[in-house]
Amino acid sequence: MAALIRLSELGVGTSGTVREFPAASTAMVRLREMGLLAGTTVTHVRTAPLGDPIEIKVRGYRLTLRKSEAEQILVEPTAG
Amino acid sequence: MALPEHISRASGAPAPSRQPIYALVGNPNCGKSTLFNALTGLKQKIGNYPGVTVEKKIGTTYSQHGQPMTIIDLPGAYSLAARSPDEAVTRDVLLGRRSDTPQPDRILCIVDANNLERNLYLVHQILDLGRPVILVLNMMDVAAQSGLRIRTARLERELGIPVIPCEAVNGKGLVQLRMAMSRPDLPLSRHAWDVPAAIAPAVSDLQASLTEHSGKSPLIARAEALLLLTDQNTVRVAGSAPLHTRTTDILGHWQKKWSSEGTDWAASLVSSRYDAIAKLCAETVEQRTLTSGPSQSDRIDGIVTHPVWGWLVLGGVMTLLFLSIFTFAEYPMNWIDDHVATLSEWVKSSMPAGDLRDLLTDGAVAGVGGVIIFLPQILILFFFIGLLESTGYMARAAFIMDRLMSRVGLNGKSFIPLLSSYACAIPGIMATRTIEDHKDRLVTILVAPLMSCSARLPVYLLMIAALLPSGEVPVLTKVGLMLLMYFLGTAGAFGFAWLFKRTLLKGEPPLMIMELPPYRMPAIKDVVLHMLERAWLFLKRAGTIILGISIVLWFLASYPKVPEGVPASEQLAQSFAGQAGHLLEPAIKPLGFDWQIGIGLISSFAAREVFVSTMGVVFNAEDTGDDTTPLRQALATATWPDGRKLFTPLVCFTLMIFYVFAMQCVATVAVVRRETNSWRWPLFQIAYMTGTAWILSLMVYQVGCLLGF
Repeated sequence: MAALIRLSELGVGTSGTVREFPAASTAMVRLREMGLLAGTTVTHVRTAPLGDPIEIKVRGYRLTLRKSEAEQILVEPTAG
Repeated sequence: MALPEHISRASGAPAPSRQPIYALVGNPNCGKSTLFNALTGLKQKIGNYPGVTVEKKIGTTYSQHGQPMTIIDLPGAYSLAARSPDEAVTRDVLLGRRSDTPQPDRILCIVDANNLERNLYLVHQILDLGRPVILVLNMMDVAAQSGLRIRTARLERELGIPVIPCEAVNGKGLVQLRMAMSRPDLPLSRHAWDVPAAIAPAVSDLQASLTEHSGKSPLIARAEALLLLTDQNTVRVAGSAPLHTRTTDILGHWQKKWSSEGTDWAASLVSSRYDAIAKLCAETVEQRTLTSGPSQSDRIDGIVTHPVWGWLVLGGVMTLLFLSIFTFAEYPMNWIDDHVATLSEWVKSSMPAGDLRDLLTDGAVAGVGGVIIFLPQILILFFFIGLLESTGYMARAAFIMDRLMSRVGLNGKSFIPLLSSYACAIPGIMATRTIEDHKDRLVTILVAPLMSCSARLPVYLLMIAALLPSGEVPVLTKVGLMLLMYFLGTAGAFGFAWLFKRTLLKGEPPLMIMELPPYRMPAIKDVVLHMLERAWLFLKRAGTIILGISIVLWFLASYPKVPEGVPASEQLAQSFAGQAGHLLEPAIKPLGFDWQIGIGLISSFAAREVFVSTMGVVFNAEDTGDDTTPLRQALATATWPDGRKLFTPLVCFTLMIFYVFAMQCVATVAVVRRETNSWRWPLFQIAYMTGTAWILSLMVYQVGCLLGF
């Protein structure tokens, strides 16, 4: 298994698989309900012009979240 | 449409004996309002859920046999585990927790066919409720274009409920939907999914307690039990029935047990639902052609959210918005002004002189004029906001601006309402409905009137003219002074937002979990309908308050009457308003203002620009319309009783500072009252803004005096 990195560190245009998700907080439950779960593939589409928030692609749609949330989620970068 | 045999034969819930009530639910951005408008046409009623600031929309549609059916359009929601007052209302109505709304008999779920997996999450929660559900797959045309094939019949068989493909924008599928809605019996879903084993006992405990203590039917109780486990700090809103303490105890007991064992119950529940949904989608959705390269939406986003072009686009859109509010609105506003004046003249000429005539012309007609004068700006702003929302640009603007807004503890969604407030705080405050978080919305409403609106402009212009007589100073100095006022107001708004988010309305750290929907052609019909709806609500709710207070203000300025032939300035001085000006003088004397300016401050409550015309009356300046020269000369000669000059440069400057911060607009008060559903916040707003205005003006004047200005 490749080393885990924070979702906020995933390079623009690259994808990864969510591996670790922090335990219950309102924000984290909502992100799960929006389809971001352990095992889900995400792509970092772009970062906002001022550096925050980021836009990700998950389950075929686009979602924004702030870096403060993204750095709590660990992903395994997809090889290649 | 003939329904498959397994559905038509399924033993369904019997049709209710009275007119059936449908609830319409769906995620935001899935075309829910379009479908609601298409089904109900103009047969809609808009109100408020008592005690909350969530809009209640109810419409009527007809079955294929012409029987009326009620549809409640519930606020868009991603989940029944509510995170905003909007979602809480959707949850509570569906669970039958609200005494002010009947529990719907049947549920119409609309989903975006292009984004089935996430949209089905809410549907999955709703299927648990044990009510008949009809699933509407919207935007099938877009799905087909991007190569998605959805096996509707298969989905129907798996879920056991009618599934209707539809294109709400052009009305395709509506006939089939109406037929399904008209069926006397609708099947209950046969979809079964596995509640994680670790959680199942807790669900049964909670279900038993809800059935026993709250009198819920077993299915609803089970659905509510499942929700309680993912509702983090359950958003409670006024009007919703509280949980029985026994139920709360059971919930607490299980949560403590799981916490000590390290079981993440919410996560495992959400995961099991998504597992079930993924299985459904695998069987029913087929991606036929793999779209190559970036989609059209992606290409647009490459420009619109680009570090350089993105700002240019945002700047361009905002400039266009402003130009249209300022320039296009001017013509209808002048037209309204002229016609109100004509109407007033006509009444004057066709009625005998007297109190009643004055009440009608100067009170009622002028008051009605003062209400409808806001309509052009409201209509234009909401047309624009509707376009921005409907195309998907609104979410991009919030995405770009979020970082800046986060500095003061707000998120990107507060940007448009605050910006609109430069034109007029009223549409700005009405536009805060797009902010889901209750506290963020309230903070935005509280600070919006600090943005210098267009009604302050005439006051600034008059004061700058009095302060810096033309010819003596370069134009640039005047422009600089004007910009300083706009800057002070903006800084005040952000400063207070920062302060309120840290003290009064301290909340969760702001989130920016937002969907970026694909760009779409705007549905003009819905945009226009939404715009008219806003304007109507303004007239109905705020208009009556504004009219009432305008008449009171007119009365205060006109009574008690003085004998004929006395100049208007004397009439005003003798009136209740004049007396109030005298009463006010001790409070405003430290700011360098006398009682005559006091009258102007009081009359500003009708609208800030009224200050200018009031000064004209007070100082007997000839009324020459837009040209303020005679008034400026009159102000230059005004003095205190001891002969000191009244409008010194320092007093003019202090007065401008006062106008930047003071809350002096009845119309805004009325709108804040309506949008927050209580008098508490508008009163607080008057107090904090006017208090700040007084303190800052005092400091400016006193320090200025000390420095010898």
